[in-house]
Amino acid sequence: MSASPPVTTTPHLQCSDLHKRYGDNIAVDGVSFAIEAGECLGVIGPNGAGKTTTLRMCLGLTTPDSGRIQAFGMDMPADDLAIKARLGVVSQFDTLDPDFTCAENLLVFGRYFGLPDATIRSRIPQLLEFGALSHKADAKPGELSGGMKRRLSLARALISDPALLMLDEPTTGLDPQARHLMWERLQQLLQQGKSILLTTHFMDEAERLCDRLLVLDHGRVIAQGKPRELIAAHLEPDVVEVFGAGALALIDSPLAQMAQRVERSGETVFFYTDAAPALLAQLATHTGLRSLHRPANLEDLFLKLTGRQIREAS
Amino acid sequence: MRMRWWPVFLRNLLVWRKLALPSLVGNIAEPLMWLVAFGYGMGSLVGEVQVGGQRVPYLLFLASGSICMSAMNAATFEALYSAFSRMHVQKTWDGILNAPVRLDDVVLAEMLWAAFKSLFTVSAILVVMLALGISHSPKLLVAWPILLLAGITFSCMALVFNALAKGYDFFTYYFTLFLTPMMFLSGVFFPLDQLPDWVGWLAAWLPLTQVVELVRPLFMDMWPTHPWRHLGMLALYAGVSFQIALVLTRRRFAR
Repeated sequence: MSASPPVTTTPHLQCSDLHKRYGDNIAVDGVSFAIEAGECLGVIGPNGAGKTTTLRMCLGLTTPDSGRIQAFGMDMPADDLAIKARLGVVSQFDTLDPDFTCAENLLVFGRYFGLPDATIRSRIPQLLEFGALSHKADAKPGELSGGMKRRLSLARALISDPALLMLDEPTTGLDPQARHLMWERLQQLLQQGKSILLTTHFMDEAERLCDRLLVLDHGRVIAQGKPRELIAAHLEPDVVEVFGAGALALIDSPLAQMAQRVERSGETVFFYTDAAPALLAQLATHTGLRSLHRPANLEDLFLKLTGRQIREAS
Repeated sequence: MRMRWWPVFLRNLLVWRKLALPSLVGNIAEPLMWLVAFGYGMGSLVGEVQVGGQRVPYLLFLASGSICMSAMNAATFEALYSAFSRMHVQKTWDGILNAPVRLDDVVLAEMLWAAFKSLFTVSAILVVMLALGISHSPKLLVAWPILLLAGITFSCMALVFNALAKGYDFFTYYFTLFLTPMMFLSGVFFPLDQLPDWVGWLAAWLPLTQVVELVRPLFMDMWPTHPWRHLGMLALYAGVSFQIALVLTRRRFAR
């Protein structure tokens, strides 16, 4: 999916034992991870798990209570400016300048990096093309669709040709076409050897883009590894979802013995099993029930590790 | 050493250039209306006013005070409403902070920008005053940098309140509880010796009073009596406010 990491000993980003608390609330509680060149690391977790705080600490916007952050062999926050010169950031909410055209947004942002106008201007056409925005060079953000705005934010983050990209929920709120275009662009960047740190709530996005995943909950890393390996390590291979009249009664029926784990969510029963064919055969004898048989995926893993309770942002 | 505040200042300049004409009309129309209505209207009732043993036409008295008020208002509006829009509503600052620019650089840029905009407004009003023949004093050249210092002082002070604001409503307090009383107590509209002693003592400490005490004599082709005292107090207000604004803004952003 991505190019193999070039030969280098220093990771692009290395966080060791980060801690951060706000009053009585422990936001981050001993998080460690590293990102190698050319690697895409996905950080997933429920609301309030510590994803954004971790990202803010890596950007030097929040100071950790303890722990160490190094990027490109330099220390954050001591070398914040030198590190940020090599970072590209797309925040969760667009911070585009509404008074400027797309091209002006790129020009003005490039100046913050101390780049000469000539250098920035020479990069603008190819960045607009990368964002599929060449025809919108003179349009203001207010005239753009959600997907276009996100791609302009991404193009803006690339103005300094950064080695490491930090993306906070880059596709939230986008329609499928816009998401696929964003994914395609991010894969292109990985192939160029850039590394990406990405937070997301979409498990298909995490599975598709990320070489490795970090699952956060309550400020701690509760699992990490390659997406397929994580699923294999934590879950039964198959899931049978059953819904319809009488589905809930199955939980206490002998049929439940054919699954390693049974979960209920509302009116639906989930059977996690390594004996799907036998279970399906038994199910066929129950009329009036509808079922869905599928391989276990990252979403199942996520729900198993972090529970099915709703986490409303407090 | 790269001036990291400069591209932020330049950003504001670029936005403003697109809206400069309507904004200029808005910025100088109001002070000029005050000047015409009160200067000519009240001036014909009042006639002359006593300033430091000299009698001056009320129009000159008011013009020299109201230009100080314009410097204050222009800087305050920019560093409150406009800076707050960029900081809180548009999240422009958050975007900038993802580049190699520090929060202190952004606050410095906003401070200098508000001061620059105030100077621009004041210059336009000065040109109109010269054209109206209100004063021809060559010492007005000295008033110009003093009004820039006034713009700096009032934008520093406004940035303190910008850092504390939860919404635009908060700024109403700053205007009605602080700026408006100060306008009446700083000798813009009438000489301070008419007021009770204790009010005069209080007024002597207000930042706007310092500006008026410096600028008014220059309009009358005279030198201020205590220039260093007033300049020093303005600089002190600016320096202390700016430090407080930095601390409060850092706290606001260290979520």
